Amino acid sequence: MSSEAKKPQAHSTMPNNKPLFWNDPEKRALFFQALLILAVGGAIWIIVDNTLANLEQRGITTGFDFLSKPAGFGILQSLIEYNEQESYGRTFIVGLLNTLLVSGIGIALATMLGFVIGVARLSHNWLISRLALVYIEIFRNIPLLLQIFFWYFAVLRALPTAKQSLSIGESVFLNIRGLYIPSPVFEAGSSIILIALIAGVIASFFVARWAHKRQDDTGQIFPTTWVNLGLIVGLPVIAFFISGSPVSLEYPELKGFNFRGGITVIPEFLALLVALSIYTAAFIAEIVRSGIQSVHHGQTEAAHALGLPHGRTLKLVIIPQAMRVIIPPLTSQYLNLTKNSSLATAIGYPDLVSVFAGTTLNQTGQAVEIIFITMAVYLLISLLISVFMNWYNKRMSLVER
Amino acid sequence: MKKIGSVAAAAAVALTFSVQSHSATLDTVKERGYLQCGVSTGLPGFSNPDDKGNWQGLDVDVCRAVAAAALGDASKVKYVPLNAKERFTALQSGEIDMLSRNTTWTLTRDTTLGLNFTGVSYYDGQGFMVSKKLGVSSALELDGATVCIQAGTTTELNLADYFRQNNMTYQPVVFDTSDQTVQGFEAGRCDVLTSDQSQLYALRIKLADPSSAMVLPEVISKEPLGPSVRQGDDQWFNLVKWSLFAAVTAEEMGLTSANVDQMKNSDNPDVKRFTGAEGDFGKALGVNNDWAYQIVKQVGNYGEIFERNVGANTPLGIARGLNALWSKGGLQYAPPMR
Repeated sequence: MSSEAKKPQAHSTMPNNKPLFWNDPEKRALFFQALLILAVGGAIWIIVDNTLANLEQRGITTGFDFLSKPAGFGILQSLIEYNEQESYGRTFIVGLLNTLLVSGIGIALATMLGFVIGVARLSHNWLISRLALVYIEIFRNIPLLLQIFFWYFAVLRALPTAKQSLSIGESVFLNIRGLYIPSPVFEAGSSIILIALIAGVIASFFVARWAHKRQDDTGQIFPTTWVNLGLIVGLPVIAFFISGSPVSLEYPELKGFNFRGGITVIPEFLALLVALSIYTAAFIAEIVRSGIQSVHHGQTEAAHALGLPHGRTLKLVIIPQAMRVIIPPLTSQYLNLTKNSSLATAIGYPDLVSVFAGTTLNQTGQAVEIIFITMAVYLLISLLISVFMNWYNKRMSLVER
Repeated sequence: MKKIGSVAAAAAVALTFSVQSHSATLDTVKERGYLQCGVSTGLPGFSNPDDKGNWQGLDVDVCRAVAAAALGDASKVKYVPLNAKERFTALQSGEIDMLSRNTTWTLTRDTTLGLNFTGVSYYDGQGFMVSKKLGVSSALELDGATVCIQAGTTTELNLADYFRQNNMTYQPVVFDTSDQTVQGFEAGRCDVLTSDQSQLYALRIKLADPSSAMVLPEVISKEPLGPSVRQGDDQWFNLVKWSLFAAVTAEEMGLTSANVDQMKNSDNPDVKRFTGAEGDFGKALGVNNDWAYQIVKQVGNYGEIFERNVGANTPLGIARGLNALWSKGGLQYAPPMR
């Protein structure tokens, strides 16, 4: 205080005195923020402390030790090696991967379907645009859980039993137990195909750069898409035949009760995937429509006046501008789809909520820890999707010169 | 919806602990005027609402017996239907006063969940139900089978153990409720439905064609089913425990809902103590002295409860077997009431 008191004398030329502590808006803001942090932190501490004290008083075991204990129950579908003797920590990973699988494929399918329907909604063809409208209004307005039940209990349950499976060429089978498809078996020497694939991807990257430069220099357009498709698909195919077809197919066969061998796609997965994709696609379609409509028609006219053909106008003028409107709400739909995948528990698809927050919770009884982990994981997945989409949004945003 | 329920329940665990921590359950029940009893979401013979919406079954009668002892009126029960995944959280969080829902008494549950099991109301064991069309006569022929199970049960663990011990593989299809499990079995999603044998018989009569399915002879586990209460409330623990014992004792003494009024006036000191005409058993438990009389009068003795709900003359038609009195070759045994 004493130094402050002296200050005005030392710098008497200064027009204003330094404001008092509680009158300085910056310091005041800082003070209230610190107060808020203390209050929130204190509240969390009280809740945690209270919960722990009460759990202990009730004789309920707490802590995360359970994660390393053997689980002892089976899981229908796991992307990694799993058996009953593995730990609860492993069940967490199995559930998480199953959630990511259905969400990832669901996001891809919903995006494709949504874009097609969204564009169809704007079609000048009356029938196509009406069909798109009917699709959107039907699937957007029925609760997702009912749609999951519909696909699982009404559609997939109508499939025949294993012994009377529908089949395509004795290699693909569909029955109530799921979809059975042949799985590739990689024999010795098959790594050359992978190398060819990587080489194809790298080569196509350079082709794209060269084509871009050539267009800048000469104005000539190079058919990059077709050349790159040839590189990425063609090179591995050539490698496959040159190395003497080292990849064979293992066909599913009816043995005992079920089909064995091949890849099994369980009906729970199919039902959940179909319901999630179709439901979310209806929302994405509306987002795409609003995005395209947000681009002024003058842009199309201007592009046409420059002599750009219709496809190129859409690709180079309309869609890039529409994307700026589309991406932020699209992010929300991706988040919704991921979180909605937790409805899996209703039909027995072994996702994170069903396996970890369901069976594991029940076998260990550690509700607080498990629900906490599960919520944290969903939060993390959502944040990662947001970060990625924000990055993509920045890239796509209008470059102002 | 289930998901939301369990998350909410977990959140409730955190919050309600502080609210409910010390109050004695018996006082709460008396003050409230009715008992909140957790039961299954619908299992014929054990806890199932009838066509008028009244809950009936063996587990339900255990709730009614406790209500008769605590409040003197067996009808003062509010039933809370819970699935296997929800049941313990509901009890821990104080949503229910007691759980009477074909729940297996295990060491883990007894020690780590903050629960106390009060006794065994039904001795059971896990079995398998298959379609007769499958042509299987033993569980050892089930290698490679797809099995429908209800989530969050000891069944899930026993199944894994049994198949591993016998070097067999299986695919588990796990559903939330027993209804969904039956639907999955009926539609052919799985070859086998596994559960406690009592449940298998109960679920079998829910099938469109019960005679199309059969229960395999193997019993792969011990499943002592019984009511449980929260740990740390000895008075309530004692009351629920002794309500069950009173029903068994009544059967031993030959007291039934029909003759208990008459027997009340007998000179037998055991009967006099039981009905509350002599002694202070009720006071020791914190309830009226005629608590045991009320159980027998309003609900019946254990044998009556068994026969009425799951016995030979019911659709389930289960023989007394392990659930006969100890004196008749079974396991039902109550400590002496004195």
